[in-house]
Amino acid sequence: MFPAEFDYERAASVGEALDAINEHADADVEILAGGHSLVPAMKTEGRSPDVVVDLDVPALDAINALSDRTVVGALTTYATIADSKAVRANAPLLAETAAEVGDLQIRNRGTIGGNLAEAHPGADLPAAVLASDAIVLLRHRDGKREVPATDFFRGDGETAVERDELLTGVRIPHTDDAGVAYAKKTHPATGYAMVGVAAVVEVDDGDGAAERTVSGARVAATGAVDRAVRLPSVEDALAGEPLEEGTIEAAAGEAQADIEAEKLRSDAYASGEFRAELLSTYTARALESAAERVADDPPTA
Amino acid sequence: MATHDITLTVNGAAESLTVESRTLLVHALRDDLGYTGPNVGCESGKCGACTVEVDGDAVKSCTILAVQTDGSDVRTAAGLADEGLDPVQQAFHDEHGLQCGYCTPGMLATTHQLLDENPDPSRAEIRTALKGNVCRCTGYGNIVDAVETAADRLAETDDESEARADAPELEAED
Repeated sequence: MFPAEFDYERAASVGEALDAINEHADADVEILAGGHSLVPAMKTEGRSPDVVVDLDVPALDAINALSDRTVVGALTTYATIADSKAVRANAPLLAETAAEVGDLQIRNRGTIGGNLAEAHPGADLPAAVLASDAIVLLRHRDGKREVPATDFFRGDGETAVERDELLTGVRIPHTDDAGVAYAKKTHPATGYAMVGVAAVVEVDDGDGAAERTVSGARVAATGAVDRAVRLPSVEDALAGEPLEEGTIEAAAGEAQADIEAEKLRSDAYASGEFRAELLSTYTARALESAAERVADDPPTA
Repeated sequence: MATHDITLTVNGAAESLTVESRTLLVHALRDDLGYTGPNVGCESGKCGACTVEVDGDAVKSCTILAVQTDGSDVRTAAGLADEGLDPVQQAFHDEHGLQCGYCTPGMLATTHQLLDENPDPSRAEIRTALKGNVCRCTGYGNIVDAVETAADRLAETDDESEARADAPELEAED
């Protein structure tokens, strides 16, 4: 299988990439990062751009750990994110999720920017950036735009990125003492999530009370519908409740409340009904792991 | 037709060639340059038969444009040993870690990265690392045995080289 013919341009900076996008305003332009979504699509799914702009921008292959947030450049590969000490320490949900993507070879090549911009409905990282309350960083020729992850994913392959914009990175607020986890039912052939759930559980230790209370939770699911989504009913069922098995069970029971049954993805591999069941099960698993981790690692007095 | 002049280092040899924008790395290696180590399997980034090392990372050469790798250092299965078989290849041979052999060049490239990063992997870790390499003969048991054997032998080799490295210091004490 070969892609159809196209013109290839290499951009060595964000400015060059934006110039190329603007210069070919009347053409079908695709941005190439790791290429692990785009190249297969150009071979099999009828995407046949006139121009491919290859991002060869070292400044976007970088991780910048700041005091309260970590900025991950768009060209950072899954493998680099999963192995990064800074990300593992400060944004462990992103590192854990990146380690679950595809397989070793895909993680060596695929990038966070490509993953988010492609917005595959079964991609793993969208769940992590949603549950992390991350901000997606965009650039256009005249400036910048910052889009909360909660407003970024619009549908299967649809995002907030405008035609003249380039996704340059993601800003992840640090989760500090929260317990985090990503639980995924992997599609055995594609490596995407049939359903994946990312959870961040924060606790309030109060005045040394024996029982710890969930002060806040953020939970997001991928694979269930046409885009990754937050699960507000699950989050509400956790907030203010004691951190215990009953709370988690009740919260996981709310998982399907946030999904319209007719919008569930259904294909030859898994029906919508099955995905709904997976959503409940994997919400429970993610919450259990996140709760264990917050319990394992109590903040020092 | 858009073409590009690129240079690659393949198994230590400098190569220059002209490729179309759409030429995939696996086709540049096999058809243009004659390096037939990477095989063309699923052509969709799933089976791993085309796996080669690019700048030290195991990657699927059917999912990378050749023009993207301009200036890169590529190693195929044939480049693993100067002569004979390298320890990973020898272990696959000894443990019958292949039947038809079509997936083997890719398995070898991925195994090299695994053992570079994790010299003593568990069987579960080996299976996880080789997830992107599909064997349609389904001989996975022997493949995992082969990776374990290669890890054991490489660990012995490392012990020997450490011993040799210590020797000059012993001499210097006199």
